[in-house]
Amino acid sequence: MSTFPIEHIRADFPILGEKIRNKPLVYLDNAASCQKPQAVIDAIVRTYSHEYANIHRGVHTLSVKATDRFEAAREKVRAFINASSEKEIIFVRGATEAINLVAQSYGKSQFKAGDEIVISAMEHHANIVPWQMLCQQIGTVLRVAPINQQGELLFDEFEKLLNSNTKLVAITHMSNALGSINPVEKIIAAAHAKNIPVLLDGAQAIPHMPVDVQALDCDFYVFSGHKLYGPSGTGVLYGKQALLEAMPPYQGGGDMIRQVTFEKTTYAGLPHKFEAGTPAIAEVIGLGAAIDYVSAIGMDNVAAYEAELLDYATDQAQQIKGLNIIGQAEHKGGILSFTLDHIHPHDIGTMLDSLGIAVRAGHHCAMPVMDFYGVPATARASFAMYNTRQEIDILMQGIKSLIEVFG
Amino acid sequence: MFDELRDLYQEVIFDHNRNPRNFRIMDDANRRVDGFNPLCGDKLTLFLKIGGDHVIQDASFQGSGCAISTASVSLMTEIIKGMTENDAEALFKQFHEMTTGKTEDINLEAIGKLAVLAGVREYPARVKCATLAWHTLDAALKNQQEAVSTE
Repeated sequence: MSTFPIEHIRADFPILGEKIRNKPLVYLDNAASCQKPQAVIDAIVRTYSHEYANIHRGVHTLSVKATDRFEAAREKVRAFINASSEKEIIFVRGATEAINLVAQSYGKSQFKAGDEIVISAMEHHANIVPWQMLCQQIGTVLRVAPINQQGELLFDEFEKLLNSNTKLVAITHMSNALGSINPVEKIIAAAHAKNIPVLLDGAQAIPHMPVDVQALDCDFYVFSGHKLYGPSGTGVLYGKQALLEAMPPYQGGGDMIRQVTFEKTTYAGLPHKFEAGTPAIAEVIGLGAAIDYVSAIGMDNVAAYEAELLDYATDQAQQIKGLNIIGQAEHKGGILSFTLDHIHPHDIGTMLDSLGIAVRAGHHCAMPVMDFYGVPATARASFAMYNTRQEIDILMQGIKSLIEVFG
Repeated sequence: MFDELRDLYQEVIFDHNRNPRNFRIMDDANRRVDGFNPLCGDKLTLFLKIGGDHVIQDASFQGSGCAISTASVSLMTEIIKGMTENDAEALFKQFHEMTTGKTEDINLEAIGKLAVLAGVREYPARVKCATLAWHTLDAALKNQQEAVSTE
């Protein structure tokens, strides 16, 4: 703990030196998007300044160089999540697009009317709506596994939903609204016992803990680059090779074909089959730099440091009268979602902003979770590896002051 | 500690947030419209009783929202009571211009105590909190049945 290089890390993120409304920035909206280290910014600048051209096309030097860098980023992602092959790493715009891809390619080609997809009650809209759209298109049925008041999946209830009609379990690794970390090993084991594949939405989990897709044995894993200190517009779909091979393309266009005539087109192999059109080249290279950056710190170290931050924040928050923590799962990542008696989250958000503190106020793209707790919205402080105890002190002092002002 | 926010959170707003006026269901309302801000989850139901002479005889609301949105709807129900539909519609337009900052020379006399909400102009993220009530009123005056959304 004492060896965690927090001062070095903070110095690597230029935006953390910004002042907001004349106060030092306290950035606690990391679950929405993380800030970027200089290494990522430099990678993008270097690409556009020295190494940019379209990829997989030209024979000219710059195109070859850009292609090498882009494909090197794919290898970095593969190693980071321990996939067995680069063919299993599909670059997309974000976790949202990855789930839509699986729904429209895998789901639409493999499922039929009456087949069931199981999600949980703590999903982000990105892991609800693509499945609802598929249900409208082909008549599949969405089943929702319930949670308890702490925000934990009711595993027994989840298991009861698995039956011979279940064709996929799509569930979050870590809830963005509550912080709950799901028992994904148990979930996967239970689903696989009935030959049901599992998609994990790793958008929140990926910046907070080590992820090994082979050890998990998940069938799909999706995440966004911008929550992993990388650029927006990048995301990853991991899928087991056999599943991806059997899936039809998601979008048609350049780069995803082998041969095109007006009569017939044959598709490229993995991973290019799913990467139609020019991708976010510099951004993906930037994502590679982000992975290098967090790997050098070590995800185990990040997880340990953030767990300590969350414990501290939770202890402090529990001492504030009138503060209600929403989401108190035993196994939880660095998210403190809360409400204050008689003070609306939007007022909390504006008031904290005037103190330089950035938190999210709203439904966190998880309206069913808000409904479950009977609140219209919550305020959410979400932590990253560059946050400190001092920042949590500033947050708590701000909360106490605004409670006084609202009286 | 929150000095910069004084223009946004004036004492009148805290007062209406703590003690919203006309916060009740109106059983004999002849207009009833739901307003919803999907970005923040604010919900309100506006009740009006409009007489044959086009005068708003009574106005009330139910719902939950932030201090800005609660104060805005509370003030609105107070101020429109006794107004003709046309005058209320004109006030809606003035209020909209004041909060979206399109007119600098707002007639503060006409807008009266609604001027306490002018501060939202400096907070683009909060403008819709103030205008939700008024868009709902606009729909009620036009006798629209479907729910109003700020998006």
